[in-house]
This record gives sequence, structure tokens and C-alpha cells, in this order.
Amino acid sequence: MNDDTPEILPPKLDLPALDKNVFEFRALKNSFLTVFVWVIGILASVPLFSVIFMLIVEGGSRLDLEAVTAIPPAGFETGGGFGNAILGTLIMVAIASAISIPIGIFAALYLSILEPSSKVATISRFLSKVLTGFPSILAGVFVYAVIVITTGTYSAWAGGVALAVLMLPTVTLAAEEAMRQVPQKMKDAAYGMGCTKTQVIFKIVLPTALPGILTGVILAVAGAAGESAPLLFTALFSNYYMSELAEPTASLSILIYNFSGMPFENQIELAWSASLVLVFLVLFFNILARVVGRSKFRD
Amino acid sequence: MTTKSDMGEFIAKAYQPKGPVVLDCQVKNIYYGDFRAVRDTHIPIEKNKVTGFIGPSGCGKSTVLRSMNRMNDLIESFRFDGSIHYHNNDIYNKKIDPVVVRRYIGMVFQLPNPFSMSIYDNVAFGLRLNRFQGDEEEMVVQALKRAAIWDDVKDKLKNSGLSLSGGQQQRLCIARAIATEPDVLLMDEPCSALDPIATRQVEELMIELKQHYSVALVTHNMQQATRVADVTAFLGVDISQGGRTGYLVEMDDTKKVFEDPQQELTQQYVRGEFS
Repeated sequence: MNDDTPEILPPKLDLPALDKNVFEFRALKNSFLTVFVWVIGILASVPLFSVIFMLIVEGGSRLDLEAVTAIPPAGFETGGGFGNAILGTLIMVAIASAISIPIGIFAALYLSILEPSSKVATISRFLSKVLTGFPSILAGVFVYAVIVITTGTYSAWAGGVALAVLMLPTVTLAAEEAMRQVPQKMKDAAYGMGCTKTQVIFKIVLPTALPGILTGVILAVAGAAGESAPLLFTALFSNYYMSELAEPTASLSILIYNFSGMPFENQIELAWSASLVLVFLVLFFNILARVVGRSKFRD
Repeated sequence: MTTKSDMGEFIAKAYQPKGPVVLDCQVKNIYYGDFRAVRDTHIPIEKNKVTGFIGPSGCGKSTVLRSMNRMNDLIESFRFDGSIHYHNNDIYNKKIDPVVVRRYIGMVFQLPNPFSMSIYDNVAFGLRLNRFQGDEEEMVVQALKRAAIWDDVKDKLKNSGLSLSGGQQQRLCIARAIATEPDVLLMDEPCSALDPIATRQVEELMIELKQHYSVALVTHNMQQATRVADVTAFLGVDISQGGRTGYLVEMDDTKKVFEDPQQELTQQYVRGEFS
């Protein structure tokens, strides 16, 4: 090697710039899509929040003790409220729950544990799924024909049964799903401890599935509380507090329907307040469902 | 020394038990529907010993084990032909209530299966089931101690049983199974889902447990059988009939089975030539 041969230096590496470049094409595309998704997300929640906002603005002003306890005012009266409608809604939902929850849970036991693949189970599971999409007004018409006509009067009973018809498939399917998710290994363990089938169901399957069952039940209750169509021809409406279950009964949803169409300022204000109460009621049940849906002993 | 069955099939030489027998299991045939899963298998479970079941996959060792407390009754197509004598009762007699059988013949499963309850309630479950009148807490603590898990859980008895690690869950299941003081403990590959350390702990526990209980242990791990079992039954698979029917090939003291097996098939298996 000669001394006068020039030393060959390694070429200077042409490192690409590692700094962030917001104007680079992919970075631009990324920022654009991020903004786009945010905007769409906000747009999607606009209807929900505007409804709640409007209800609070319009209904909040009249929401006081009188509104939730007094009976509905007549034509040109001022004041009044919808206490009887709140009570009516609660009682009819309670009747509906008392009918549909036990039947739904036992039906779910049959569908998920006792005879999951029998013909009866397959057919009733299919019919339950069909019934979840059942137009609610038809439940009202059905109960009108079966109960209102035979007893000769509109009643809280009939309203409760109509709501129960709507709740039953929801409760059944949710409870079936919850029970089906109880792992076989837990049932095996219980049989291995010397449990009878009844004990396995009451000590393991139902307690383990309880959060799921309750979630389904409460969502069904929330749905029923907001229904108006099935109550139109079953419970009708009443301007007074109920004195017995076998008489026409007021409900929040029907009160809103009636009052919002009236030409009186007072009634329209009350309809807004009643809507707000109804939304709170449904919201309360939904939040309750989320809270009880958390099992204490998860892994 | 071997005999042949009516159908000309191999039948293992009968094992002569050296101590009292708690559960005398004589399987003629076990069917799942038309499928013959096990045939001609006579396995006596001796008192205060660990009886190991080894054999290749599909040889029916778990099926035989699960027949011993009638867990297989839960499978609809299951049919049992033979007898299993427990204290002079054939547990397959029509008069016998399988629910009662399972209270005396406890079971630990392959996958740990604690209930979604607190650790304490898991162990107390069997006691409450039997309307136990004595000191529940004392029995729970004793079961947890015997199952060698007390130190791990004593400060969190109210926590979920499902919050424990796999090895702890399995020991919790063992505690649950022994809390009601069963006679026999059936263990269906109890370590197959556990890591080596947890496996070691459960194996040591099994050796402890045989002081109080008689243990029948299905294992896929031959080393485990040599470490834990006093007596070992080797089951093989008979493919001559078209299906895959399992049967007893050889049963003897564990040492004898592993060091001086009498059957060609056993020799090949313990040498690890097939599994």
C-alpha cells in the first residue's frame, strides 16, 4: 500500500430526517382521520344530548313537589301535577315484573339446563326471539281482547299483563344466555360434591348467573316503563289516584301523549316535566343494571 | 398367567390386594352409545393408598375413574356393565342414589373448578350441603390446612376463589373436596393444568392425604405415578375390535410395574415407546 494513495473514507451516511413532520402525507392522513372520527362521534351523540338538554330546560322549570304529587289539572286550571301517573307506571311495571320475571327465569332454566335441545325448547327459543321484535301496540290489542273485553273494564291489571307480554321474551332470553354461560366445570364440581340437580340449579347456576339475569330483567323493566302503546287500550288513563287495580289507571307515557296535544300552556309544561321524570326513571334502571351486572367474584 | 375372555380377548391377571379394599371396581363393559369405551377392567382401590391409573390417551382411565362416583351418569349415552362395590353396596345397584355416592366418594377434576364464591364459601359449600351441625369454621380451616393452602389464603378468605392462581385453585378444590371428610378421593389428572412447582405441591399433598383418605389418581405423567402411587394400574387400548376400547393390561405395586413389568405392552409404555 502506497502512502500517496488517498485514504478511502466511508461515504457519509445519508440519514433520513427522524424529526416529526406533520406535513408528511401519512401524518396528514392520520390527523385527518382522527379529527373525522371525533366529529362523527360527536354528531352521533348530538340527538341524545339535545333531547336530554331540551327536557331539562323545558321540563326542569315545572319539576317541583307539586308536579310529582298532585293530580292532573283540568282545562284552564293552573298548577297540578302527575303524581297519579308516576304511581300508575310504577304499579303496572311491578305487576308486569311479578308476572314475567318468575315465568321468564323458569323458562330460561328449561331452555338452558333441563332440555336445551328438545323440540319444545327450540321452538320456544325461536318464538321468544320473534317476540322481542313484536310491535308493542299488538301486545296492547291482544290484552285488550283477552282481558279488557272479558272483564269489561280498563284496569291496571290489564296494563301490567300487556307490559309483561313485552318483558317476557327479553327476560327469558337474557336469563337463558346468563345461565348458559355458567361453566360446565362448575356444574361438574357441584355434582361431584353430591348435589342433586335442584341443588346445582339453586346453589350454583342461579347465583353464578344472577348478575346477567338481573341485567336482563332491569333492562326489560326500563323498556316497559317507557312503553305507551300497550297501555292505550289496556290501562287507558285516569285523572285521579287509583283506588283499586281494577279501574282505568294513569301512566306517565299516556299522560305525556295526552297533555302534549292539549292547547293549554300548563298541560304542555307538565308534559315536559313528566317526560323528564320518565327519562330519569329509565336512566335509573339502566344505571342499576350496569351496577348489578358486575359480579363480586369474577376471576 | 393371563386368561382370555369369551370373545377371545386378553384379560389381565387379577391384582391381589395386600390391604383392605374400599372400592372394588369390576368393569365388564362401559359404553358411550354403541361405542365400547372400556372392557374387562378390575381395579380394587385399597384403603389409605394412592392407586395410580396410567395408560395412553383414549385408554379409558378417566372413564373408569368417573364411573367410580357415577359422574358419568351425567352423560346421557353412558352405559355401565359390571359392578363397583363400596362397603358391600354395589353403587350401580338401582336402589343406590348417585347423589349420596358422590358425597362419600369425592372428586378433584382436571381443570381447577372453584365456584364463583369466596374462598371460605367454596370450602364450606359441601358442609352446608350436608347441613353440617358442628363448628363450620373449624372444619373449613382444617380442610384448608390439610390441602396445604391455609398459609396462602388465611388473610383473604373473603376474596373470590377465582382470584387465586391455578395451583392455588386446585388446592382449594382439594380442600373443598375433603372438607366433608369423604372416604375416597378420585383425582382426574389434577396436575395436568399446573406448573411444575404447583404440581410438586399437589403431589406432596396427595402423599399427605392418603393418611386420611384413599386416593385414586389418573395421571398422564409416568414420573408422577412413580412418585406418588403405591399401586399402579396400566390400561391399554385395544384396536382389534375396530373401535378404541380400553382395558386393564397390568396392575401391581408401582415399583413392580415400572421395574419389572410382566406384559410386553407395559414394558413398551414405561420405557416411553408410545404414549
